[in-house]
Amino acid sequence: MDLLADGGKLPVAFFAAGSSSFADFLASHRPDLLPGRRLDLQPGVTIDAPHGTTIVAVTHTRGVIVAGDRRATMGNVIAQRDIEKVFQADEYSAVGIAGTAGIAVELVRLFQVELEHYEKIEGTTLSLDGKANRLSLLIRNNLGMAMQGLAVVPLFAGYDLEATDASKAGRIFSYDVTGGRYEEHSFFSVGSGSVFARGALKKLYRDDFDEADAALATIHALYDAADDDSATGGPDLTRRIYPVVTSVTADGFRKFAEDEVATMTQRVVDERMTSPGGPNAPLRAGGGADR
Amino acid sequence: MSMPFGYVSPEQVMKDRADYARKGIARGRAVLVMTYVDGILFVAENPSSALHKVSEIYDRIGFAAVGKYNEFENLRQAGVRMADLRGYSYDRTDVTGRMLANTYAQILGTIFTTESKPYEVEMTVAEVGETAAGDQLYRLTYDGSVADEQGFVVMGGNADAITARLQDNHREGLELGEGLRAAVSAMTTTDSGEPRTLTADALEVAVLDRTRPRRKFRRLTDEQTEQLLA
Repeated sequence: MDLLADGGKLPVAFFAAGSSSFADFLASHRPDLLPGRRLDLQPGVTIDAPHGTTIVAVTHTRGVIVAGDRRATMGNVIAQRDIEKVFQADEYSAVGIAGTAGIAVELVRLFQVELEHYEKIEGTTLSLDGKANRLSLLIRNNLGMAMQGLAVVPLFAGYDLEATDASKAGRIFSYDVTGGRYEEHSFFSVGSGSVFARGALKKLYRDDFDEADAALATIHALYDAADDDSATGGPDLTRRIYPVVTSVTADGFRKFAEDEVATMTQRVVDERMTSPGGPNAPLRAGGGADR
Repeated sequence: MSMPFGYVSPEQVMKDRADYARKGIARGRAVLVMTYVDGILFVAENPSSALHKVSEIYDRIGFAAVGKYNEFENLRQAGVRMADLRGYSYDRTDVTGRMLANTYAQILGTIFTTESKPYEVEMTVAEVGETAAGDQLYRLTYDGSVADEQGFVVMGGNADAITARLQDNHREGLELGEGLRAAVSAMTTTDSGEPRTLTADALEVAVLDRTRPRRKFRRLTDEQTEQLLA
């Protein structure tokens, strides 16, 4: 990569004043590097590529948990059994992705650079809403690919440093393929198993969840998604492949260590030995056995 | 530069430009970059907490500059774009201080010889290694000269005197506090004997700390600086 092709001068894009977006810089200097701009597909043609499946996010009193299963599928084939689909976006946010794995991973990489680039150029971080809006734009730029069957659906969550109530600082944003951005409350899920995961979370979620409760709830929800959706991978105890569980709190981003997740997963699996459907929610408000 | 009356030798033109740039640089306050046991320490005399003289370029790379703010800020932003572009299109480990220093040297050299006025800047690109042996300091001057420095670099006003004083106190393996105190003492000692005082809020202090995960650059708050100076 010879940057100084023009007689010892950098192209003007490098000196553009007032721009702090890496994606905008790529669009003006190297549009070929933008995800979604590289392929010139024929209309109506779709491509078979590995798909990532279920991502769940649950808020709690100190922040938010984002977790995902480990499976990528291509039709009826398991393309990969230990793919990671939840990433750190920056110090105070995480992003999980469902949809075409190859494009999703590249989009996340661009999003990570986008946030860090802004931070370095401006000397300050974007607000959580600002980050969510940037992701929206990147998804919208991928619309052409989405129409070819290469859609990416992320789930973005983070800790809002500007929140007045710290117990509400964990926030979740979902997206549609056109880049539409929607703020979700308490919990949300995307991907093929999301319907089942969301159903489980609806019954499991409590307002007073702490970090460990929320993490356990995501593992239950992913278990239920894998139970009913063939594209979502359940915990693979023989190969020791467990869901990826991440947490964002006032202390920043943290990925749960493998043995932490292993312990929680083992507990969920053990409980399901006697109760395959998982914990029972009380049928009547204020009555019945608690979880 | 057109000279309609009489001939001016290229030596004279270059000398005039160099003098012009040097004067501009010497007017500013000093910035100091030095190695310490865990990496690289940046100390700048800078009362502003918003307009930085020291900043992060990439995971292991930091940037320090003196001179005209708009000129080095321009180069800093270009450096961030270069580094992020390379890291994005290749891999994060492929972004090196050497490539950045080389590119800066070429840009500054071109500006020095072709533009109507040279940039009045002096900069240091620092890269922290896995071990102290891998630490690198590249000093870049207004004419595009680049030097691979050992131990420490002093730039800006009064640089020669500060360098002479620091020579006695800098060694390999300094602790962070020791390094910072040596730096501040070199910056505040005056020839007349009466030392100036420099408090934490007039200093901009940052480190490239090899013990940190991925992004090694970290700014020290005024409180942290105060504690280390005490």
